[in-house]
Amino acid sequence: MSMPFYVSPEQVMKDKADYARKRISQIRSGVVIACDAGILFVAPNPSRALRKFSEMYDRIAFAAVGRYNEFETLRKAGVRYADMTGFQYDRRDVTARGLADWYAQLLGSLFTDSSKPYEVEIVVAEVGKTADTDQIYRIIFDGSVAEEHGFVVMGGQADRVAAVLKERYAPGMALTEAMRLAIAALASQGDGNAEPITGSQLEAALLERSRPHRAFRRLTGTRLDALLAESDVAGTGNGAAGGAEPGGPEAGSAETGGSPNAASNGASGDAGDVGPDEPGNGDGDGAGG
Amino acid sequence: MGGFEPQARWQASAFLAAGSSSFTDFLTMAAPELLPRAAHGDAVSPAAGTASGGAAGEISHGTTIVTAVCETGVVMAGDRRATAGNMISSRDIEKVFRSDEFSCVGISGVAGIGVDMVRLFSVELEHYEKLEGRSLSLEGKANRLAGLVRSNLGGAMQGLVAVPLLAGYDEETSQPRIFSFDVAGGKYEERRFAMIGSGSVFARGSLKKLYRDDMSLSDVVLALIEALYDAADDDSATGGPDMARRIYPIVATVTADGFARLSDDEVGRYVNAMIAERMQRPDGPAAPLEAAAP
Repeated sequence: MSMPFYVSPEQVMKDKADYARKRISQIRSGVVIACDAGILFVAPNPSRALRKFSEMYDRIAFAAVGRYNEFETLRKAGVRYADMTGFQYDRRDVTARGLADWYAQLLGSLFTDSSKPYEVEIVVAEVGKTADTDQIYRIIFDGSVAEEHGFVVMGGQADRVAAVLKERYAPGMALTEAMRLAIAALASQGDGNAEPITGSQLEAALLERSRPHRAFRRLTGTRLDALLAESDVAGTGNGAAGGAEPGGPEAGSAETGGSPNAASNGASGDAGDVGPDEPGNGDGDGAGG
Repeated sequence: MGGFEPQARWQASAFLAAGSSSFTDFLTMAAPELLPRAAHGDAVSPAAGTASGGAAGEISHGTTIVTAVCETGVVMAGDRRATAGNMISSRDIEKVFRSDEFSCVGISGVAGIGVDMVRLFSVELEHYEKLEGRSLSLEGKANRLAGLVRSNLGGAMQGLVAVPLLAGYDEETSQPRIFSFDVAGGKYEERRFAMIGSGSVFARGSLKKLYRDDMSLSDVVLALIEALYDAADDDSATGGPDMARRIYPIVATVTADGFARLSDDEVGRYVNAMIAERMQRPDGPAAPLEAAAP
């Protein structure tokens, strides 16, 4: 009966994007790193039941940060899409590229059509026969999709975490090195007194290159503890904080123009605008040692 | 949920709906045309497969599957022949499949329907596992398979019969178990061994003389290969080992370590040992008569 107020489309989109960006910036980051053994997923997650990483198809995994109910809905949708495609055609016809594309369309239309955007960032990764055929795609709340090489960071403090990764990532690194790097990178987020990261606070998974058929494997319990120990990241938590060296690369984390995901961040704006902009906290890359 | 308009198929709403964890349920809602025809209620045209005439003579039928348990696991073996009428339509068909890490399925009857049933069943198990983060219980798997068999009842009444046999390792009770089915979806747990297909009568006769409760896994493999040989001996639709082409039965095991399929070389060794022994005694090993004569 009364005329609604006119709001310009630009304003609507901007408001939605600002909302999503702000919510995502408050989320702790997770990392995805390609290494010789496969693709490693690590994120702080105290919950044993609510997972951020899961199997999507034979060689493909799904990773997400954000609102659990929203990315869980997306995960289930993706499993349905993958299983339906594989059932209709062949198992080889389910690819990370196809899934990423489908997610991009889905998130894009959800962003446009619904009044509240999904507060999520997702990654679809497929492990190849060799490291150079690995594929990693990152899709954000508005459907922007970017192909990433080597590693990708999801979540609020992506720039700071990516700076550590960018500094120390090398293609074809060993699984233990990748794990050590992941822990160091994750420890660089927070407000300067990052709590030590232990096995029980981590969720980790691996798309294992050498595993036939279904490559996805959760790293939990003793398996995770063993890997952490091998990676010289003590399960008791003194590893990440030990050996801090002042003035490390975290000094450069304030501006990360050149980081690989800056391209995708560019579309969505800089997620690192929230959170105190303290210079290096000394814990940042200490674990490397 | 439910009640999506046909044009909503393949649309986002179907994928985002908070539906069940069953892949078949999802397909029924989102894309029923992908389900095996008979599984969503469409009748097969009566001309398609009356057992006596029509196309039945040209449709491939798979034959004998045998399975038996031992202390550590369960073994399933299937011959390699498919027949269409009096023709051998395939000499190397595979009728024993891995359905998930702790179960396997063998099929007999109309090959096309059976293979499709297993394909849907495997996706069903994996789909549930991925959505729920845990595997179905072995009983749950058997019930689901029974449902799939029942959904083909219409086809079965018209001659397109396909029946599976499920063997698996129950991780909860640490026991190997076997389930057989009838075309109406009846599910029956078998205690020691089970067999399906045209040669099953002869295989049963053979296996019940050879089977012992304290057999090792490799003894069970040998016993099943003997049983398949006996089935092929008397049933024209069951294929024996093809020594010239080196086509041997498919043999799969499911133990606490999961599903494993024996390589052709491994099966070949069992087959060669059996053939060597049958050269001496063509009817196979004799069961000792233990009861004292009066």
